[in-house]
Amino acid sequence: MRTLALFALVAALILGTGVLQSWNSALIILNMGLVSAIMALGVNLQWGLAGLFNVGVMGFVALGGLAVVLTSVAPVPEAWAAGGWRVLGAIAFALAAIAGAVFAWKTLPRKTRGWAVAAIAVAGFFLYRAILDPAVSAIESVDPAATGFLGGLGLPVLLAWPVGGLLAAGVAWVIGKTALGLRSDYLAIATLGIAEIIIALLKNEDWLTRGVKNVIGLPRPVPYEIDLQNDAGFVETAAGIGLDPTTASTIYVKLGYSVLFAVVLVVLLVLAQLALNSPWGRMMRAVRDNEEAAEAMGKDVTARHLQIFILGSALCGIAGAMMTTLDGQLTPSSYQPLRYTFLIWVMVIVGGSGNNLGAVLGGFLIWFLWVQVEPMGQWLMGVITAGMADGSALKAHLLGSVQHMRLLTMGVILLLVLRFAPRGLLPER
Amino acid sequence: MDFLNALVALANFVFIPAIAYGSQLALGALGVTLIYGILRFSNFAHGDTMAIGTMFTILVTWGLQALGVSFGPLPTALLAIPFGIVLTSLLVLGTDRLVYRFYREQKAKPVILVIVSMGVMFIYNGLTRLIIGPGDQNFADGERFLISARDFKTMTGLDEGLALKSTQAITVVVAILVVALLFWFLNHTRTGKSMRAYSDNEDLALLSGINPERVVMGTWIIVAALAVVAGTLYGLDKSFKPFTYFQILLPIFASAIVGGLGSPLGAIAGGFIIAFSEVGITYAWKKVLTYMLPESLEPSGLVQLLSTDYKFAVSFVILIIVLLFRPTGLFKGKSV
Repeated sequence: MRTLALFALVAALILGTGVLQSWNSALIILNMGLVSAIMALGVNLQWGLAGLFNVGVMGFVALGGLAVVLTSVAPVPEAWAAGGWRVLGAIAFALAAIAGAVFAWKTLPRKTRGWAVAAIAVAGFFLYRAILDPAVSAIESVDPAATGFLGGLGLPVLLAWPVGGLLAAGVAWVIGKTALGLRSDYLAIATLGIAEIIIALLKNEDWLTRGVKNVIGLPRPVPYEIDLQNDAGFVETAAGIGLDPTTASTIYVKLGYSVLFAVVLVVLLVLAQLALNSPWGRMMRAVRDNEEAAEAMGKDVTARHLQIFILGSALCGIAGAMMTTLDGQLTPSSYQPLRYTFLIWVMVIVGGSGNNLGAVLGGFLIWFLWVQVEPMGQWLMGVITAGMADGSALKAHLLGSVQHMRLLTMGVILLLVLRFAPRGLLPER
Repeated sequence: MDFLNALVALANFVFIPAIAYGSQLALGALGVTLIYGILRFSNFAHGDTMAIGTMFTILVTWGLQALGVSFGPLPTALLAIPFGIVLTSLLVLGTDRLVYRFYREQKAKPVILVIVSMGVMFIYNGLTRLIIGPGDQNFADGERFLISARDFKTMTGLDEGLALKSTQAITVVVAILVVALLFWFLNHTRTGKSMRAYSDNEDLALLSGINPERVVMGTWIIVAALAVVAGTLYGLDKSFKPFTYFQILLPIFASAIVGGLGSPLGAIAGGFIIAFSEVGITYAWKKVLTYMLPESLEPSGLVQLLSTDYKFAVSFVILIIVLLFRPTGLFKGKSV
């Protein structure tokens, strides 16, 4: 009942935006709300179901974005000819060196193994750089204004979504293997660091992502507005329901995204619900509530944690790929931890950790507030400053800093929920 | 001669910046480690506490400058620090009263407090941006250099210049003073001793009649002071930008964990370890190597191990290595 009422409230908020502002802004909120809901679902799997404290959400979201570039962008043959294979060779060499170091650590006697591993690591790093660097500068000098990177595989962009999930899952496996044995707040710091490193990689490895030059014009799964406007049939249908072609085409495109995203969200939500209520879900909650008891019952706690860490991160990767597809571009400098990590946490806590529907609700509600706090703040500041003299410095300053009200509001919401409804709007059953 | 030049270049580009940066990190990490030891949670809002404290200092500095007050060759901000500390203490004590105390009385799990500190982080961050804006603020005044590169060259006749910025010297001097004061306080005053007792064993401390609220209050005031000093020194040395203060959270946590969470001495050691590795690994060694090696071996590239943007990777790798092989840190920290 409560669930229905709260979801109806969110629907009313979004519909209200459509009526009061414009249907385009309502659909923009809806689309990012769908994406946010998937991210929240991923974090909820990790935190709500297993108690894992992952504050590296941003990194996995960015990996999803990288997957879109790697999957859907057409390859750049000149760049491949200039040094593509050499880069692959360097990466293969780096993997071999890491494998060698792990092998040495496992087989050598205790006394010498530390030095051996250090020697392999240092020599491996320099050799890797020696192989990689010439290839990188060759690739980056191929028409740097337009390409200067390897490009992708040129596959359909929808394929990038599962690929984004897989990429995030792969990285999550590596992180989980090293960091999951650590205590909860160490894991938090470790994931925070990983996310920063992933963003640094995207910003600096121009041969892979063009770095801060951004990859723009990514392929789209839906038609372009301009094509629709030139399509006589479409213009006629639009006129039939009383819309001008421009509005009709933008709404059509956004609705297309909404349908695609909604399908993904529903599928993932159903899977998550089935998992939550399965014997596996009960085991996960048992592990979360009392690790020692679960271990005594013969459950492999570390392996289960690794499993769910990978699953949750994969969801964030899928959502990240969807978001980059929606944006049509990959801009590494736009990834900010407050927006892509901590805001998702606010969604999960406010919605209700441990409850999948709660996470989805939190995703929509908090995203709506994140977007709408700004106009509300504008109005509020307008009221506050109404009495002040025009042209006063304070008035200008207050009106200019309205956009920062968002962070303040999110903090207040998070603290209020934690204090007065610590289990969230839709508590775990 | 070449050898001396190499040494000077090394001091100029690696040693001096790393010492200044290390002092700033150490002061930040001391704050994190005190909160962890006494209040028993990882305070994600620490970076933003530094930012908001520095903002108070900057506002007071501007006020003093407008009144025509100056500190001679030293930056006016040093005069403003006490005001910044008072304002920040009031802020964190208010936060504790409104937010954290409730969870302390409930004996909430540490991880809940971490999430609560995320909320506080949002609020401080929003307040800072609301009041002073997200842009860069440069508030350093006074003498810019203690020794400028050109003076050094004419003085010694070497090819390499050694520049010592006054902010770097001030950072180190102030950091030493603050740390000495802190250790004196922890070891020789009643409040300091009760803080250490509370950190070592909460139940025993309560049993012997220590008032926990007083300990908590003292901790917050000290943490506020450390955060303001660390933030102001960092802002003087580089520049003040709210987002940088959020990002510095990672190296600060790395320093505190590498040293051993809860150990003040460890926090200082950790700060310098992280700073020296960050600067050393992201510095382009070409210059030093050119002086040191015979001509035939001169490097052709920059010999920069990693580009500067990867400095977070450095603190992170050190963090992981320490956690994997010595989970309680170099100086036996505690684990809650």
